[in-house]
Amino acid sequence: MEWFLRADTVEHKLALMVFAILLFAGVMGAILFGVDRLRRVPLWVIVGGFLGPTFLLLLVGLVYPALSTIRGSFYDRNGSEFVGLDNYVTVFTEDNFQTVLLNTVLWVVLVPLVTTVFGLVYAYLVDRTRFESLAKALVFLPMAISMVGAGVIWKFVYEFRPDQPGVNQIGLLNQLLVLVGIDPQQFLLDAPSNTLYLIVVMIWIQAGFAMTVLSAAIKAIPDDIVEAARLDGVGGVQMFRYVTVPSIRPALVVVITTVAIVTLKVFDVVRTMTGGNFGTSVVANEFYTQAFRQFNFGLGAALAVLLFVLVIPIIAYNVRQLRLSEDVR
Amino acid sequence: MTTTTPVMAPVPMQDRATGRAGRRAASAKTKLSSPAASIIAIVIAVLWTVPTLGLLITSFRPELDIRQSGWWTFFTDPQVTLFNYNEVLYGGSTNFASLFVNSLVITLPAVVIPISLALLAAYAFAWIDFPGRNILFVAVFSLQVVPIQVTLIPLLTLYVDAGLAGSFWTIWLSHSIFALPLAIFLLHNFMKDIPASLVEAARMDGAGHVKIFFSVLLPLLTPAIAAFGVFQFLWVWNDLLVALTFAGGAPDVVPLTVRVAELAGTRGSDWYLLAPGAFIAMILPLVVFLALQRYFVRGLLAGSVKG
Repeated sequence: MEWFLRADTVEHKLALMVFAILLFAGVMGAILFGVDRLRRVPLWVIVGGFLGPTFLLLLVGLVYPALSTIRGSFYDRNGSEFVGLDNYVTVFTEDNFQTVLLNTVLWVVLVPLVTTVFGLVYAYLVDRTRFESLAKALVFLPMAISMVGAGVIWKFVYEFRPDQPGVNQIGLLNQLLVLVGIDPQQFLLDAPSNTLYLIVVMIWIQAGFAMTVLSAAIKAIPDDIVEAARLDGVGGVQMFRYVTVPSIRPALVVVITTVAIVTLKVFDVVRTMTGGNFGTSVVANEFYTQAFRQFNFGLGAALAVLLFVLVIPIIAYNVRQLRLSEDVR
Repeated sequence: MTTTTPVMAPVPMQDRATGRAGRRAASAKTKLSSPAASIIAIVIAVLWTVPTLGLLITSFRPELDIRQSGWWTFFTDPQVTLFNYNEVLYGGSTNFASLFVNSLVITLPAVVIPISLALLAAYAFAWIDFPGRNILFVAVFSLQVVPIQVTLIPLLTLYVDAGLAGSFWTIWLSHSIFALPLAIFLLHNFMKDIPASLVEAARMDGAGHVKIFFSVLLPLLTPAIAAFGVFQFLWVWNDLLVALTFAGGAPDVVPLTVRVAELAGTRGSDWYLLAPGAFIAMILPLVVFLALQRYFVRGLLAGSVKG
């Protein structure tokens, strides 16, 4: 048993990995082989073979924990005593949680908006230009970088050195400030503007996604519509405003809502860059801190449920808009 | 570098469809190419890249230089060393080489397992006619709404009770579970697009569901599998939350991301370690991403455009 749980050498780890994949393949193979071999099996056995493992995992790993967390949010820090809505009251009334909520609102409003506008304008600008693929690839690249990596990259851009003779700034942004004669700033320490500097990082990561989806949507606009508008004398900004944007409305809605949901759950960027200190925490980071650092499971559960609840209106809006656009067609 | 522009209509399956759209784009390219737009685009693209470039250059500069001058001095006074990488990879306090192995060991099963499960489930939803199919599919589909944060506390308790805490199994299982709803949804979309006549013909020949799945559908789904595979690979390799929660205290299991985040917190000014550390964590996803970008974009569009 020990062999399967504790691997401390490279060979052992790799062997364990191969074992896990083979075990999985073996179990799945046996199920499918069994389903296939039995003659005249009832339909539910076949369906069970294909869907059973998935449903087992989803029930044990997703449905049960979600319900359990909702229940836990009404209990105290150890889950032993029922406290009603106390955890939620804490989240909505205590001062430091107010900051957390306010920050989260800032993130969820600013990141999707700026990302989408930037992605749209950029996709429109580079569309059908000579450098299109290179220009897109460079903006797209941060999508492959982990949010932890992005956090480190930007922490370095914001790096601060005290403003003394003989001390050079090593962070790009402060160097630029010094060059134009402004005192260097502690970008990540000074609230409330530090939240904005963190938000920049998220926009930097997500812009590539917005650009890609919107660019594909722009390319899918039928040529005859563009031609007709051009014959009518529409051009430049007007074309963008009256032809391009309305034509890709469904894609815009998808991008805004997708980015909003990702942003709502943002954790890595905040944790890597400030650890949630200096008034920069957001709900997802506070959840981790409360649940796994303070071991206040009740409060952590309440914050997780809050995330859950906040996702729902965004998705509802998405579904509604998609329905509307399908009706129009 | 990538040369392929993803020319993608929201119709994902047709590989050859690029023909028409591609020709159209090509003919348009020559007729509308504003130099001002090109220049703005290039400037933005360069601005987008500078932060990463700065850290990359820093990762190769000697420690003292990093402390005393900005990375841009590299252009006037190029000093290059591999000491930083050596120190981060094999140094006693960091030992990123073994963390790289951890990340790899975590990622492969966490990509293979959910894709296989999702393929089977998507097949059942698309091609087996059983009562309650639609309700079950909608149920699975709507599970995408559940933020993983909601599941973490009870899952950790379950793992502790099962004696799995702090082992690779917790991370493999968790990533597999969290990936399933989206994977099933995406692969189902691709699978539905396969012409029913192909499946019918196989059925006429007496093939059962298992045979149809392996010999008819699987070969046609390779692009879809690649698309989701890249997506899941990036997701797992770059994940911090799941790994931190379930393996935060197990040095034999933690992946690169956890350690980089930790370094950023505890040794935030040791850029000679942090910079190369971050790039060691980034290199594999970047390579995979650049090599398979086409598939990734396709998956992205298939998933997001449909909802």
